[in-house]
Amino acid sequence: MARLNMVDAIDQALLQAMERDPKMVIMGEDVGRDGGVFRVTDGLVQRFGEERVIDTPLAESGIVGMAIGMAIAGYHPVAEIQFSGFVYPAYDQLVCHAARMRNRSRGEFTVPLVVRMPYGGGIRALEHHSESMEAVFAHVPGLKVAIPADPYEAKGLLAAALADPDPVVFFEPARVYRAIKTEVPEEPYSIPLGKARIVREGSHLTLIAWGAQVRTVKDAAQELEAENVAQAEVIDVRTLSPFDFETVIASVSKTGRAIIVHEAPKTCGFGAEISAEIMERAVLHLQAPVVRITGFDTIPPLAKLEDYYQPDVARVVDAAKVLLEF
Amino acid sequence: MLKEDGTVDEALMPALSPDDIKKLHAHMVLTRQFDERMFKLQRQGRVGTFARVSGQEGAHVGAAFALRPTDWLVPAFRETGALMWRGITMVQLLQLWGGDERGGRFPHDLRTLPVAIPVGTHMLHAVGIGWALKAAGEDAAVMTVFGEGATSEGDFSEALNMAGVFRSPVVFFCQNNQYAISLPFSRQTAAPTVAQKALAFGMFGVQVDGNDVFAVYRAVSEALDRARTGHEPTLIEALTYRVTDHTTSDDARRYRPDDEVAAWRGRDPIERLARYMRAAGLLDEASEAAVWAAAEQKVADAVTAFEAIEPPGPDEIFAHVYAEKTPQLLEQEAELKARLAGRA
Repeated sequence: MARLNMVDAIDQALLQAMERDPKMVIMGEDVGRDGGVFRVTDGLVQRFGEERVIDTPLAESGIVGMAIGMAIAGYHPVAEIQFSGFVYPAYDQLVCHAARMRNRSRGEFTVPLVVRMPYGGGIRALEHHSESMEAVFAHVPGLKVAIPADPYEAKGLLAAALADPDPVVFFEPARVYRAIKTEVPEEPYSIPLGKARIVREGSHLTLIAWGAQVRTVKDAAQELEAENVAQAEVIDVRTLSPFDFETVIASVSKTGRAIIVHEAPKTCGFGAEISAEIMERAVLHLQAPVVRITGFDTIPPLAKLEDYYQPDVARVVDAAKVLLEF
Repeated sequence: MLKEDGTVDEALMPALSPDDIKKLHAHMVLTRQFDERMFKLQRQGRVGTFARVSGQEGAHVGAAFALRPTDWLVPAFRETGALMWRGITMVQLLQLWGGDERGGRFPHDLRTLPVAIPVGTHMLHAVGIGWALKAAGEDAAVMTVFGEGATSEGDFSEALNMAGVFRSPVVFFCQNNQYAISLPFSRQTAAPTVAQKALAFGMFGVQVDGNDVFAVYRAVSEALDRARTGHEPTLIEALTYRVTDHTTSDDARRYRPDDEVAAWRGRDPIERLARYMRAAGLLDEASEAAVWAAAEQKVADAVTAFEAIEPPGPDEIFAHVYAEKTPQLLEQEAELKARLAGRA
């Protein structure tokens, strides 16, 4: 089986979906001849032509708004936003139209649209290139939000998103794009939206993360094991909306302790939602308070200060030790 | 081409049969009767807030009349007559403005999108639909309707730009009714017209008298032909006037003089068409009264049917958020139903 990085895994998922579905089109800034600034759509315009891999003018709202119309008229657009920090002009189209067209028309008109975008920090980038705004979209009824943690996950989750009848915002952790390779089957497969993944079983505490932070909590779990401190269970949430609370609640009911790790600012981050779910459904199982390890309530700092902001293994391990002795 | 006195410039007249003209007139009258009845219903608390269209029938009904059933209409919210012409029923529109979301179910086959309340962001959908029609090789076009206020929104420019770049077969139909709530056109733009903005996006721009239904019909017909056959988008500005308040929640006397409104009431598009028809022998006193009475009866029947509809149940809240209800929605719906059952 081939070992691929996330860029190539996504490229392959797109290529296979485009081959199966003649109504699927890719659109965005520099996605055609240039293959995307991260090369995620590399080779697709050569394979499918400019009618199906569309270089658009530099206009995020225009891209998503036009894609909504294409979806309403029977096509399956996959729109790329070059960096998620630039999605805000398209936010109105996503929230006010993509997310609502089904409801507004009582199911007569629907928007099977995927909006992909790189997100998250750790790539030493310019301002606006390191944000994590997944909670902003997870809060919107009518949208789905998926975030893969590694190449295998990316191919399967994207396949599910591309087949979904509703709009999906697909966040691709830019830090993971070329950082790790996993085995990725050549044949198409799908990982259903709304199902979390137990990455590692454990009995003493539950570490919950998504995207690039899954690797942080996996490493933290290994360190806790190596130090003979605890066996940590690791959950990759995979989709924030719909959120699989059953898997999380089952795990926390077993372990009695939970740490949620995300890069986004702490206040109103999705960790708050997970923490609240645990309180509503599993409070009597808890041995210790639910803890969040997150970015700060600041603008993500530029390269020289970025490492202070990002959650890391040491922060997770230290928090775990406090919880275990609570 | 249709002057205030009802005379026309025959050289410019579009190809409309006497029967077409009668249909056009009857539909404009129906639109007026419906608008006035809805206003009364709103004042009686029987429907909610809505945007009136009286005085703008020449613009949006004339434009809709040029569409074929295979064309698409992407509306804003001040095109009641256009929606009705496309086959959306008055009962359904009463439901929609009466707070029953089931009214928003515009049948897919009518190729008419539901009412879009956010100003100026729906035109992009028309560009995407146009792209799809062209990609599928359909002999069809899209018309999207909006007011002059919408032309100040960024998405207006993005939509025209995208349509120009992709040669999307779209007719951008602007009902310039001179006011966006309280703000006059001169405060929306320093440009003397909306139509001239087309030039910046590499497309045709046309300005017509929006109260001249023949001129509107002709301009839109030509633009639709250009869209269908040559994939050329067009921006049309139909100059008209909002003789009513912005919505039923507005009081336009706060920001504009009565004599201005009175002058425009004197340029009524239905009366202008009727003058032409009387001179052409298409309308006499008796038949005109019959048209108005028939419209009034249709509206009355629709109101009766609307008021007989059972109110929507709570299922409607959850039914169309996603194709399949999420665990969260299932749980929340069950919670609401359990509470309602407990109260019953």
